[in-house]
Amino acid sequence: MIPRSPVSPFLATALLSLTTLCVQQPDEIVLASTTSTQDSGLFDHILPAFHAEHPGLRVRVIAVGSGEALRIASRGDADAVLSHSPEAEISFMEAGHGESRRRVMYNDFVIVGPPDGPAASCGGTDAIPALTCISELEAPFISRGDDSGTYARERRLWSLAGIDPEGDWYLRSGQGMGEVLMMASEKAAYSLGDRGTYLSLADRLDLEILVEGDPLLRNQYSVIVVRRAANRRGAKAFAGWIISPAAQRLIGDLGSAGSGRPLFVPNARAE
Amino acid sequence: MDVFLQSISEAVRLLISGDPYLWQIVGRSLQVSGLAVLLGLLGGIPLGTWLGLARFPGRDVAVALVNTGLSLPPVVVGLFVYVLLSRQGPLGSLGWLYTTTAMITAQFILAAPYVAAITLAAVQSVPPELRLQARALGASRWQALLLHLREARLSLAAAVAAGFGAVISEVGAVLMVGGNVHGETRVITTAIVLETRRGRFATAMALGLILLVIAFAANAFITRLQQAQPRRRPLTS
Repeated sequence: MIPRSPVSPFLATALLSLTTLCVQQPDEIVLASTTSTQDSGLFDHILPAFHAEHPGLRVRVIAVGSGEALRIASRGDADAVLSHSPEAEISFMEAGHGESRRRVMYNDFVIVGPPDGPAASCGGTDAIPALTCISELEAPFISRGDDSGTYARERRLWSLAGIDPEGDWYLRSGQGMGEVLMMASEKAAYSLGDRGTYLSLADRLDLEILVEGDPLLRNQYSVIVVRRAANRRGAKAFAGWIISPAAQRLIGDLGSAGSGRPLFVPNARAE
Repeated sequence: MDVFLQSISEAVRLLISGDPYLWQIVGRSLQVSGLAVLLGLLGGIPLGTWLGLARFPGRDVAVALVNTGLSLPPVVVGLFVYVLLSRQGPLGSLGWLYTTTAMITAQFILAAPYVAAITLAAVQSVPPELRLQARALGASRWQALLLHLREARLSLAAAVAAGFGAVISEVGAVLMVGGNVHGETRVITTAIVLETRRGRFATAMALGLILLVIAFAANAFITRLQQAQPRRRPLTS
């Protein structure tokens, strides 16, 4: 016998709504991605087309750092990943967490700093000498200091330069790309950031590009279908779609708000 | 469930081992919130006392404003302090943004209304005859006022604990104006956000446990004060 109490109608309603949630879940694709793609407006630009083509599916984007995106996925809490941290992605695949990994698009990182800053003479097209020069001058440098793809790249560049940045001039912020660029602008400091985020904030920042064009600064994005995905069918549909010619064209069309320059170069098809 | 239990046991191990990263952050939290509440006392007690005793047109509005201050959203305070201290802002030349000074400023704004509101209530709860009696017995205005405040001291101690409990667990304002810089402006709450995002649950959990203990201590302190029987001493002591 179920005891009659005033609580049970509430309980019934709660259970009912919980069941509804569970039933609807398979149609939702959880995509773990990075703040840079979210902040640049990429998803607002391309997802309507995906939803129009696949009316039964819905993409929910979780925008975090690349390292965190992969970690969420390895726990089975995401169906697909769109990230930009090649080394971390390779170890993710080697650990057997991913079913497939495909190139999607790229843009690049830039080293930025205050106009006429102390390390203005360090500029150019080579990242390693520029970082060496910044560290020798002990010019203030603000690092992401988190598990983002940007921080992974920064660490790699420092290690290629044979430098272990330490000291009052080197600050590890632990915040997102936008916040770190704002902080660099406020503190008249140098930083490594992705060009998309930099361009989208450029008119609010007192920062100029110090280094660009180095092949070491290339920023490749890949899509991964997660092996333990709750919605593997949806994840596969999304990964297949984002490398399709139509989606690639859409990606190439997205220009930055200010300058209109393309934010990403699609390269799923390039060899 | 595995991750949960594992993180907790690992967190306890971290706490026992005296991990320097953890304790440096805890120290910074206590320093920032402690100073903010101390400054809040210096500003809030005179304001609350004045509002509790003075009678002037517009007082109701002032009291309502102080009480609204109790529910100031930390992110909004963070936003205002950020814009004030930003390089293009009116106080930009101070160079305070992303320093502990900025964090103390924001938390002071959050803590002061607590102190003012509780002081106000406490001062009003003391029977006004007390002051009149003291004056009649020859006390000066200031002596009478101090006596009045002494009668309200339990509530004032509660104000400190409540204000401290509120600001030390606040994350919105300190993250915005402090920037969560490693070794400088990283406090318990901002570190928990970062470590959780990085998947370092044990570290986040250890900090969370410390924060809970601090919040519990503050509340236990308030409860003890509220339970304590106020013993009135004779006025001539």
